[in-house]
Amino acid sequence: MAALVNPEKSLAGRPIQGGLRLPLPWLGTVPFLGYVALFLVLPAAIVVAGAFAGDHGPTLANLAALTQPYIVQSFVNSVVLSAASASIGAVAGAVLAYAVASGDPRGPVRRLVTAGCGVLSQFGGVTLAFAFIATIGGEGFITLWLQHHGINIYANGVWLYQLSGLTLVYAYFQIPLMVIVFLPALDSIRPQWREATASLGGASWHYWRYVAGPILAPAFLGCALLLFANAFSAYATAAALINQGGIIVPLQISNALSSEVGLAQANVASALALGMVLVVAAVTGLYTVLQRRTARWLP
Amino acid sequence: MTNLLSPASSRAEIRLEELRRRYGSVAALDGLSLTVAPGELVALLGPSGCGKTTALRLVAGLEDADSGRVVIGGRDVTELPANRRDAGMVFQAYSLFPHLTALENVGFGLRMRRVALAERNRRAGAMLELVGLSAQADRYAHQLSGGQQQRVALARALAIRPAVLLLDEPLSALDARVRSQLRDEIRRVQLEVGITTLFVTHDQEEALAIADRVGVMRAGQLEQLGTPTTIYSKPATPFVAEFVGLTNRLPGIVGEGFIEVRGERLPLVANGVHRGPGVALVRPEAISLGQAPGTASGLLVGTVVALSFLGAITRVTVDLGDISVVVQLQTVEAAGHPAGSRVRIALRPDPVLITGQS
Amino acid sequence: MNRRKARHLAIFRWTVLAIMAAFFLLPIAAMVEFATRGVGANAPRTLASFTAILSYPDLMGAIAASLELAAITALGALLLLLPTMIWIRLRVPGVARLVEVLCLAPLTIPAIVLVVGLAPIYQWININVSDSILTLALVYVILVLPFAYRALDLGLSGMDLRTLSEAARNLGAGWPTVMARVVVPNMWSAVLNACLLSVAVVLGEFTIANLLNFENLQVAISLLGRANAGVSIAVAVASLGFVFVLLVLLSFVGGRRTRTFRVM
Repeated sequence: MAALVNPEKSLAGRPIQGGLRLPLPWLGTVPFLGYVALFLVLPAAIVVAGAFAGDHGPTLANLAALTQPYIVQSFVNSVVLSAASASIGAVAGAVLAYAVASGDPRGPVRRLVTAGCGVLSQFGGVTLAFAFIATIGGEGFITLWLQHHGINIYANGVWLYQLSGLTLVYAYFQIPLMVIVFLPALDSIRPQWREATASLGGASWHYWRYVAGPILAPAFLGCALLLFANAFSAYATAAALINQGGIIVPLQISNALSSEVGLAQANVASALALGMVLVVAAVTGLYTVLQRRTARWLP
Repeated sequence: MTNLLSPASSRAEIRLEELRRRYGSVAALDGLSLTVAPGELVALLGPSGCGKTTALRLVAGLEDADSGRVVIGGRDVTELPANRRDAGMVFQAYSLFPHLTALENVGFGLRMRRVALAERNRRAGAMLELVGLSAQADRYAHQLSGGQQQRVALARALAIRPAVLLLDEPLSALDARVRSQLRDEIRRVQLEVGITTLFVTHDQEEALAIADRVGVMRAGQLEQLGTPTTIYSKPATPFVAEFVGLTNRLPGIVGEGFIEVRGERLPLVANGVHRGPGVALVRPEAISLGQAPGTASGLLVGTVVALSFLGAITRVTVDLGDISVVVQLQTVEAAGHPAGSRVRIALRPDPVLITGQS
Repeated sequence: MNRRKARHLAIFRWTVLAIMAAFFLLPIAAMVEFATRGVGANAPRTLASFTAILSYPDLMGAIAASLELAAITALGALLLLLPTMIWIRLRVPGVARLVEVLCLAPLTIPAIVLVVGLAPIYQWININVSDSILTLALVYVILVLPFAYRALDLGLSGMDLRTLSEAARNLGAGWPTVMARVVVPNMWSAVLNACLLSVAVVLGEFTIANLLNFENLQVAISLLGRANAGVSIAVAVASLGFVFVLLVLLSFVGGRRTRTFRVM
């Protein structure tokens, strides 16, 4: 028998004839790392640097500016808005995701709803604002229809252009986002778990309380956190609905960036941006931890 | 450990009466009737699509029958939902709850019955010991091997002291070696506990090895129900003969109560078979070999073309010119007929089944 | 599952779907209603707003620019990610963690924050390289990284990359051949998924384009909204419909490993 190549030797670092020989394998990652460094890490560094920059060198004055009451209020508003829209989005989105997942995996309902959610989760800005104004604004057709039946939803003021209105509008892209990120977890639920619960004497609510609920809880919370970060970072829709003022942090940032008062408050914008990043990073970090727990139970 | 299951509840009879179930235009079950005696293990055996799993799921209550009755321990359970049927079930795979330890899994059914924590753990612990997994009580499903997971699943199903035990191809997803160990384990536990059991499988070796009786199914109906020995040595239909064990198909001419195959007359199992051409089904162990001189020829003379060494026995493939036959011999005997040698076959005059197709 | 349960589940499903459909389709219906209004109180429905799109050169320019940006971004993200991910899986698995974190980072750094740091960079680019709107593609690639990475990662996990590439190389294929003729054909749906998600993100992007003073599709819609709401809504509806159709078509491609059972 002719001698065979020793199977213990791997192909690593061994080019075939005429192939490319790189001195160190990790050089192959340089294009990617370089690109990301230039367009992600660098801007982030600029933001961090800007947060501490002053006219005469490094300063904490910008961070101090963050403690002003109206800025603190905008952070509070952002957190409230994000928490509210994340809660609504998480619960409604989970229910919708379940309605989709429990149907035919290759059927038209699933296809249409998944595609629709893919589109709507990216939908925002002026168009979304306008769509809601047309539906439920002062002259919106739902508003008029309700008035026709004696219900005036704006009896206590027009709330569409305030935090509560924003929450409702945010739900429009939060719910689809929840469906997209939560569906994989639902897909991993095995039908055998439900059947096993039944054969052991458990009814439907036993199943949800003791099996599906605990198993899905980490995924659910993780996705809710993702929704929180998404709402916290959203800018375009708020900019479209709220013409003046900076009731939430992204609006404060854009005000600072394009201030018409003449003071280019770029450094304050950086400080605000840094504050935002810290909040979102903390939330995303929690999400990653929960993802790992989920992956253990739902491969 | 038999005091774990009170004798009365575990010695219930399972009776299936004329069960029918269609899916669209396909009849998965076409009038299945079967009785499993108290404490008996009946295996439902058949190819995929024969309806055996459907039958099991009908007994468990996971599917509804179109017509017919399911009676467990004298109680008509046909209209009862699955969680009130008191039938413990072991699934093929993936059925352990991933977020619970082995002990918590086994105790799950007891939790549904509101047994207190301490008592629950005690009984679950005892069940784990019954299947030999006490050391793995705190492990999670993903930390257990396939065989261990199925043993936990068995312990879990038995912990609730069900009236009957249902197993849906519990060994099919496992490695070959684990499979044979675990099937003996399942039988041991079943006998020790004395529970009436219905076991579904497509592996005929499994069915023959552990069942008290075997029901061979095809196309939604029972072809034959009998002890493993009967099924094997006295198959009622050609399908059973060919599905269970190896079979040689020898063409011949059917006469009055016999079939003439290659010059030999073999008696028939049943009367009323058409005269004329037919195919006799002959078991490999019903054929013996003798040496033939190189110049010999004839209908019963051929050449050894292959030998399959299977330990104590060897299967020898002999080319008779127009057809090949597989002969099963003790390995010691087979040594005398190496590949390429000329041999003469002899057919034992056992009654044979006839099938029309060639 | 048995019939009673199946019936209850069906009732639940259709109720939820009906309520959600109402919630999501109403604003869209409002947009369509607005975009098809005729002039005058009782005028019939008309597609005049849609055809009027063609008569706004700025708008057409913005649409073209956004489509080009979408294509360039999708392609750029693929070219950047796919070779890197394959290389890492085969040669440098230790870096996989870092790359994953970097790819998910854009979700952590909001666009509004990124734009603060991008302003000086783009000033430099506009002066020294080009002031075309297509330079936005450079940062859009970063924005789509999380989505493209997840889609491609799923696709790569679904095949035995090491075995396939070693078999191909054993038969004499060079790396470009391995990637083009062995890897990509086995993950078509993942590649398409990554591309289409990139397109969806780019077409919907507003923040960065707006604050860097470029006029892409969403910015154009916003500007036009104050002048001629009907046409701007018509464009928005058209772009939503476009992406929706693309995503539906995607769902028919691939899915070799679709689940065959229903979630209970």
